[in-house]
Amino acid sequence: MEKKKTGGLFREFTKGIIRENPVLRLVLGCCATLAVTTAASNAIGMGAATTFVLVCSNAAISLLRNVIPNKVRIPAFITIIAGFVTIVQLFIKAFSPALDTALGVFLPLIVVNCIILGRAEMFASKNKVLPSVVDGLGMGVGFTAAMLCMGIIRELLGAGTVFGIPILSGFMEPIIIFLLPPGGFFVFGILIALSGKLSREGHAPESMGCAGCPLAASCSKRLDEAQPEEKEAE
Amino acid sequence: MDAQTIKTLVGIFLAAILTENYVLNKFLGICPFLGVSKKLNTAFGMSCAVTVVMVIATAVTWPLYTYLLRSWHLEYLQTIVFILVIAALVQLLETVLHKYMPPLYNSLGIYLPLITTNCAVLGVTMLVLEKTAADASFGYLQSLVNAFGSGVGFLVAMILFAGVRERLEDCDIPQFFRGLPITLVAASLVAVSFLGFNGVVDRLL
Repeated sequence: MEKKKTGGLFREFTKGIIRENPVLRLVLGCCATLAVTTAASNAIGMGAATTFVLVCSNAAISLLRNVIPNKVRIPAFITIIAGFVTIVQLFIKAFSPALDTALGVFLPLIVVNCIILGRAEMFASKNKVLPSVVDGLGMGVGFTAAMLCMGIIRELLGAGTVFGIPILSGFMEPIIIFLLPPGGFFVFGILIALSGKLSREGHAPESMGCAGCPLAASCSKRLDEAQPEEKEAE
Repeated sequence: MDAQTIKTLVGIFLAAILTENYVLNKFLGICPFLGVSKKLNTAFGMSCAVTVVMVIATAVTWPLYTYLLRSWHLEYLQTIVFILVIAALVQLLETVLHKYMPPLYNSLGIYLPLITTNCAVLGVTMLVLEKTAADASFGYLQSLVNAFGSGVGFLVAMILFAGVRERLEDCDIPQFFRGLPITLVAASLVAVSFLGFNGVVDRLL
């Protein structure tokens, strides 16, 4: 019994990293992914900040899931998330001003990161505290891993360094466009294609439609047909 | 209003559309950009709704921050206050449109609930305040013009990209590249073309 329980928790954790990777499989939180991955260290900083918010907000929302009336749950979730984002913002400003400058407006924009509201709506509001925390942790680690992957590729090709350590110097000229916005779109597209190729389904996610929107569950005015994958995820 | 002010305002407006395009240059509002740019008319409706909300949100949050939060030293509450103000505004706008302007509601209304969590809207309200902090001459009017320009920039990017995507539909693409990956690569090419506008606005003024 005990073993089965930990096994379930472990699956909850790993699903966020590989099977339902928020960035590469569910394509959530793409603004932050594209914007801050110009350097590997920024990707780690952003990933850690998002993971913290995700774990805390999942825990808080799961604890309050029976208290919050269904009708006002989205504003309530947003307020809880915004509170944790403010904590992270103040913390990073105090301890790592350089990271604060590098992440810029994307640090407060964690509030509207679809991953967080999406997990609150799809998981934390329906599950107990411990699975919610583990789910948040797994999703956060998956988000960080995907961003780190992109950050390393873009930094290596665009600046010839990884974590600021020169690697390609004297070997090839850095291709600066990988640090510019077009490079971000390009690397992201290639990574999604690769993850689709390597995954069991063998194809990339077709489109996001409403699935990418955290409000999809509560929104009656869908633009596309309901996405069947979302149902399975629960 | 003298000629110099008008010139600056035009500069801010053009810069917001071309060189500081929210989608293609700043990576704000990527979700709707990829999600609803499949058809031209949905792309147009969504962008119009985003533009309206951007201007109204900036019109409310700018004085709120400058005269209320800053004078009481509550700057750290910015994130919470702004997101709640935007959520409330979107809800209010939806109700008002529904009651008084049903035709407009039918064309824009369906996009409104999606906008609360659009990072471009929260982004514009925060970025104009950053600009105000950096440059004292960047006041309320300039912020509004910037917000409007950002919305129009979003519209331009969405419409251009909807056109590109319609072409993609008929192409023979490898299986694992179909859907989002090829869309992102196409977005990358559109972004390259927008890089060409670098410096254009400075030259104009």
